[in-house]
Amino acid sequence: MEENKIIDVTEMIKNEIKSNDIVLFMKGTPVFPMCGFSAAVVQILTDIGVKFNSINVLDSNEMREGIKQFSNWPTIPQLYIKEEFVGGCDIVKEIYESGELLQLLNRKGIEVKSR
Amino acid sequence: MPISQERLEKLIKDSIPDCKIAINDLKGDGDHYSATIISKTFKGKTRVEQHKMVYDALKGGMGNELHALMLKTKSE
Repeated sequence: MEENKIIDVTEMIKNEIKSNDIVLFMKGTPVFPMCGFSAAVVQILTDIGVKFNSINVLDSNEMREGIKQFSNWPTIPQLYIKEEFVGGCDIVKEIYESGELLQLLNRKGIEVKSR
Repeated sequence: MPISQERLEKLIKDSIPDCKIAINDLKGDGDHYSATIISKTFKGKTRVEQHKMVYDALKGGMGNELHALMLKTKSE
């Protein structure tokens, strides 16, 4: 990937995670997820009832590869909360089931819609 | 290009020698596994750091040779 493309993507990623409390880099969109693991994380965020911004990495190869380099994490989806990389599908599932995800959201002052 | 369960186990054990590991082949296609890995070397590390140790053991295979590896890592 050419040098300037890497820089552009990295800036885009930084911008996204700065300007949104929760960002999910995924394959597809929340309405049309293109991968089971991405869909699973969308489901968890929906169940909790938090607002999140999603980025479809399938829209650009630079983003698909750039996000993996940015986080030094080899797979998609990737969840960010307040600029912090939280994990992929298995970690998000694990901390959701253990209650740690809700604690993290509370600690970060992120509003959760009570069910 | 899938990876065999034996090779996956060997790669992880080569990098994390003390680990106890249980692998499930989720789809029988050599591309989707889950694994529970216990190792003292995980102690004091975050889940992200622990999983990265496992991904590093796969020497670039994760996300390329191997499509999905659902991990559960524990220090004991």
